[in-house]
Amino acid sequence: MTVKSTARARKKAAPGVPDNRAGVAAPELVQLLTPEGDRVEHPDFPLTTTPEELRSLYRDLVLVRRFDAEATSLQRQGELGLWASLLGQEAAQVGSGRAMRPGDYAFPTYREHGVAWCRDVDPLNLLGMFRGVNHGGWDPNEKNFHLYTIVIGSQTLHATGYAMGITKDGADDAVIAYFGDGASSQGDVNEAFTFASVYNAPVVFFCQNNQWAISEPTTNQTRIPLYRRASGFGFPGVRVDGNDVLACLAVTRWAMDHARSGNGPVLIEAFTYRMGAHTTSDDPTRYRLAEETEAWKAKDPILRLKAHLDKEGLADEAFFAEVEAESEKLGLRVREGVRSMPDPDPTLIFDHVYSEPHTLVDEERAEYLEYAASFEGGEHN
Amino acid sequence: MSAQLSIAKALNEALRKSLENDPKTVLMGEDIGKLGGVFRITDGLQKDFGEDRVIDTPLAESGIMGTAIGLALRGYRPVVEIQFDGFVYPAFDQIVTQLAKMHARALGHVKMPITVRIPYGGGIGAVEHHSESHEAYFAHTAGLRVVTPSNAHDAHWMLRQSIESDDPVIFLEPKRRYWDKGEVGEDPGFPLYSARVVRPGTDATLIAYGPMVKVCQEVAAVAEEDGRRLEVVDLRSVSPIDFATLEESVKRTGRGIVVHEASVFMGVGAEIAARLTERCFYHLEAPILRVGGYHAPYPPSRVEETFLPDLDRVLDAVDRAMAF
Repeated sequence: MTVKSTARARKKAAPGVPDNRAGVAAPELVQLLTPEGDRVEHPDFPLTTTPEELRSLYRDLVLVRRFDAEATSLQRQGELGLWASLLGQEAAQVGSGRAMRPGDYAFPTYREHGVAWCRDVDPLNLLGMFRGVNHGGWDPNEKNFHLYTIVIGSQTLHATGYAMGITKDGADDAVIAYFGDGASSQGDVNEAFTFASVYNAPVVFFCQNNQWAISEPTTNQTRIPLYRRASGFGFPGVRVDGNDVLACLAVTRWAMDHARSGNGPVLIEAFTYRMGAHTTSDDPTRYRLAEETEAWKAKDPILRLKAHLDKEGLADEAFFAEVEAESEKLGLRVREGVRSMPDPDPTLIFDHVYSEPHTLVDEERAEYLEYAASFEGGEHN
Repeated sequence: MSAQLSIAKALNEALRKSLENDPKTVLMGEDIGKLGGVFRITDGLQKDFGEDRVIDTPLAESGIMGTAIGLALRGYRPVVEIQFDGFVYPAFDQIVTQLAKMHARALGHVKMPITVRIPYGGGIGAVEHHSESHEAYFAHTAGLRVVTPSNAHDAHWMLRQSIESDDPVIFLEPKRRYWDKGEVGEDPGFPLYSARVVRPGTDATLIAYGPMVKVCQEVAAVAEEDGRRLEVVDLRSVSPIDFATLEESVKRTGRGIVVHEASVFMGVGAEIAARLTERCFYHLEAPILRVGGYHAPYPPSRVEETFLPDLDRVLDAVDRAMAF
């Protein structure tokens, strides 16, 4: 693969030191499905799947991509203030998301729309914060899916603390903490690694290395492959083909079981690519080459699973048509749902600042209401 | 309890009771286990409640705060100890960005019943970063509550009330008063966020909290010799502030002087002065004055007495207020 050269990346590795720089796809990448759609085995991560399961994963990938595309369009139409697309990362998210058990808990960044889908979170819930009607607002405990976290890496500590609580409860659940290659440089992520390791917490750190932290390539974050960071903290690290839904499923399932069985944390680096912009406010043409994006197109997670289903005769035209129809239906529901999403009452500002009464907030609410009532019609907006 | 306890011991007993009363209460911090904390506030607690509930953490304040948030999400009630005031800043991001906002951004679906204990303030001859008063940073942040006791009774009961609160509470411990003794009563006597008149007077109101309450009480005693009757109000809670009590007092005395160790500029005193001016404008005989630290980094300990408000500086402010 091609990685944009930087002065640092061009620098030769020291003699005798293996060239394991982050951007280099090393041979240790776990893969179960080749980009051509051929099933391969990995000695450490066996996976048996039924045709139904494969079709179900395909459906997830297609629907998640459709939802994402719809949200991007809605942003372009002015219905959302911003959107962070997951385009290209569907397999990493669906594979890891489907590896979770009902009692497990996920701590997402702001791009884990595919994981949310797997946790059965209503896609419309995810759009509230991007439309500006709330900051998330769903009940994290309803689907064991925490609120989106925007400050980079903060949620890895929350995940670790939550996992420490699981240990205290004597439960056999596990936690998965999502973050990206950029976040791997954050102090919080490294502190999370430390706490998780020291307390043997049942948490899986799932790093989607999508090669770009807005405009900064992975070579700006690390000089070794990210999964190898784990060894310095004393737990296993695995690099998986992030565009291979089967490999992501198998490796995450193993890691979650490893963690829930009292063996401590695991770091998974899902090697993938952000096909779109960082967010709808970004312009990737300023910092990366079209050829690079083109090269990754050939590794598309959906095309390779479709190729596999076709080659093995595991799905017929009726199935694909059914998924397509479902996708259309989802798109319509999302469009209509967003457009009819009401603005909150302005007094939302004062709700839930505290869970118990607070004199200042109560006073300011009363002042605001009095002020608003002083306008003709009793409403100021 | 009705015993004479030091503030340190009163806090220790409060933590013990909280651990006894709620199995979900856990303590977290650096050196709080075998050592009992650098000020011994957690002395003996790990021995009695185990390493699972009194947790010696890695030396990473953001990590302590972030994992405490995760534990709270799992249903625990963490009480975090930050070793010294100047060490809280690595955790500042987690406190301001995550802890303070979590309840609101979840539209009330989750609660953050976390107490963050921080020994604060100067006057103990410490090295750099061990004498700071950062209450204004926290009070400025919506979603946090900030309280600070000035005596053993309040130290005990306010800590228990803070731990029982479902909101995050920054609990500031006046470290130079840790060894002051006082009676700890059988019940709290006051709601957590109320101010308290600790000495009635008629000529001016001294408003203080934490370590400065004692200074103001000494000021009032000395001023009485000059025939001035000063009222002293212990604020106890810096967020929210019990303005009703302050307003009642200042309307009666006509003069208010706010005293704190933190720098005066943009400090808690500024907020109090502004609000009392609005509420008591026609009752004031003088502007609300402020006495506090200078706009300088906390100084080396050999000159910290110059930085800290003391008897003479407060008396000087009283003279100025009376001269209007």
